[in-house]
Parts: sequence; structure tokens; C-alpha cells
Amino acid sequence: MHDSHEHEHEHDHGDAALRAEALEALLIDKGLVTPSAIDDLLELFNERVGPMNGAQVVARAWHDPEFKAALLDDATQAIAPYRFVGGQIDRLVVVENTDAVHNVVVCTLCSCYPWAVMGLPPKWYKDPAYRSRVVREPRNVLREFGTEIGPDRLIRVWDSSAEVRYMVLPQRPGRLRDADESACMAAITRNSLIGVEEVV
Amino acid sequence: MTLHELDVSIAPPLRNGELDFEAPWQGRVFALANSLCERGVFAWSEFQAALIDELKTVKVTPDQPYTYYEHFLHALVDLLDSKGVVSSGELERQIDRFAQREHGHDHHPHVHAHSHQD
Repeated sequence: MHDSHEHEHEHDHGDAALRAEALEALLIDKGLVTPSAIDDLLELFNERVGPMNGAQVVARAWHDPEFKAALLDDATQAIAPYRFVGGQIDRLVVVENTDAVHNVVVCTLCSCYPWAVMGLPPKWYKDPAYRSRVVREPRNVLREFGTEIGPDRLIRVWDSSAEVRYMVLPQRPGRLRDADESACMAAITRNSLIGVEEVV
Repeated sequence: MTLHELDVSIAPPLRNGELDFEAPWQGRVFALANSLCERGVFAWSEFQAALIDELKTVKVTPDQPYTYYEHFLHALVDLLDSKGVVSSGELERQIDRFAQREHGHDHHPHVHAHSHQD
């Protein structure tokens, strides 16, 4: 927090909103952004960028062993043909859940997140409590999400950075053994791509 | 601080992809940073570095809850100041002008005619 501004905290929300608005207005004046560019981006985040991209990739990997192998080998390359919007991913690494290993993703430094495949990060992902606790006590944190990982499974915690982002390849549940890709997609949640849930 | 938020945040699949902004300005400032990056005003890596620096200073206390997008905004303002795109003085003057508007005024930037005093 900014010590010199303590008196402002009562009005934090309003102050920040005003500050953001003033900044946007100045940048519009300078011709560096246009209101329609901002609106278009917001619409993009809402409708086109989202965990559905990640779900699509996972559902295909469940159905296509060659694609799955390519995805685990070099996810950045494997998803390149999809041309997902969200160019800030330098390198995407996909980590596979198995009977022996459960993976979970965090960004301990800030909130690095592969939003081209997973949309915008949920609020708790940015929370300092999640960022520190999931490293120290992943089993407890997962339990708070309602996810019980048996003692026989290793939990690996992956720390995202600006350079490398992680996405979990969840296990395909038995009930989806014969389901097609679109039925699988519908079952794949954002949280399962972060690794705090399993696909059920 | 506990993880109370975790329980309520387990979103059903239908909510996948929804933006997690608590107020419209948070979405706009997020889009603003992305738009400036696309225009080449700064590299995304520069913004990441500014955000990481900013988040390092965060101390969460009961009377000062964690407000991610305020830090996001702070990092953006600092970066634009250090690059000479928008100076802090310029921003403060704009804030003062906006703060003097009547209550009930539509604060959306689209509808303003902007005065140039700089």
C-alpha cells in the first residue's frame, strides 16, 4: 500500500475509478487509444477469449493421441494453429494429470495467467493468500475447493511467470469415455485447467 | 488472511469466461493497458515488470483489503509517467477537473469534450 495515501482509503473505489477515467481521457486526447478500441477489447475478453479455448484444446487432446503428445511436448507450437487471441504468452506448457500426479498452477509473483487459453484470471487467483498458501499447503487449499487428492498422488505446483505460463490437462473422467469433443468441452471447467478442480 | 473467497468462487461451467471485474473501471483499465501495448506505447514485459514491482509493496491488513486492480492502475500510471507519456502532474490536473463535475453527471469518458490546458 502507499503510505502517503492512507487518508484516501475510505474512498478507494471512487478514487481509483476517477483516476482510471482521467487516465483514459488523457490517453484519448493524446490519440493513443480510442474509446471504441477499449470497448472492442472488453467485448473480446468477454466473448471470444476465455477458458473455452483451453477446454477445446483439452477435449481434442482427450480424443487425439497425436495432438496430445504434441501438446505435452510443446504446447506453444501445438496451439499455434488455433490463433487464439492473447499474444502475451511467450511460452505455454501443458502439464498432464495422471493417477500418480495432480498438477496445480499459481503465479507467486503477481498473476501471470495464460488468458489466451483460460480467459481472465478469477479473483482468488490474484489473492495473496492463494498465491502463498497453494505452494506451502496445496492439499489443504485444494480441499477448500472441494477437491480431495488422495495421499498416493503427488501434487506438483507450477509457478507461472511472464515467460512461461502453465495449463493443466485434466484427467478424462470415466463417464466421458464415449463422449464426443463438444460434450467433453462442456464438462471442462476453468478451475480444472488451473488444477484446483478435477473434471467430474 | 484466510481463503474464504475460495468457497464462494467455485464457478459453475456456465460462468466460465466471464470477466471478474468488480467495477467497470477495472475492465476499462485492463483493456487500456492491453490497447496501449498493442499500439506499441510499451512492451507487455515492461508492464509486467512494473506490476510485479508494485505488487511486491502490498501489505494486506484487515482495514486495507487487497485490491488488485488499484495496484494494476498504479503500475500503469507509474509506467506511463516514467515513459513521459502521461506525467503525474498532468493526471492530477485531469482528476481535479473531473472531480469538480456535478454529481449525477455521466462519468463515462466517451461523452466528454476534453479541455486542453497543457
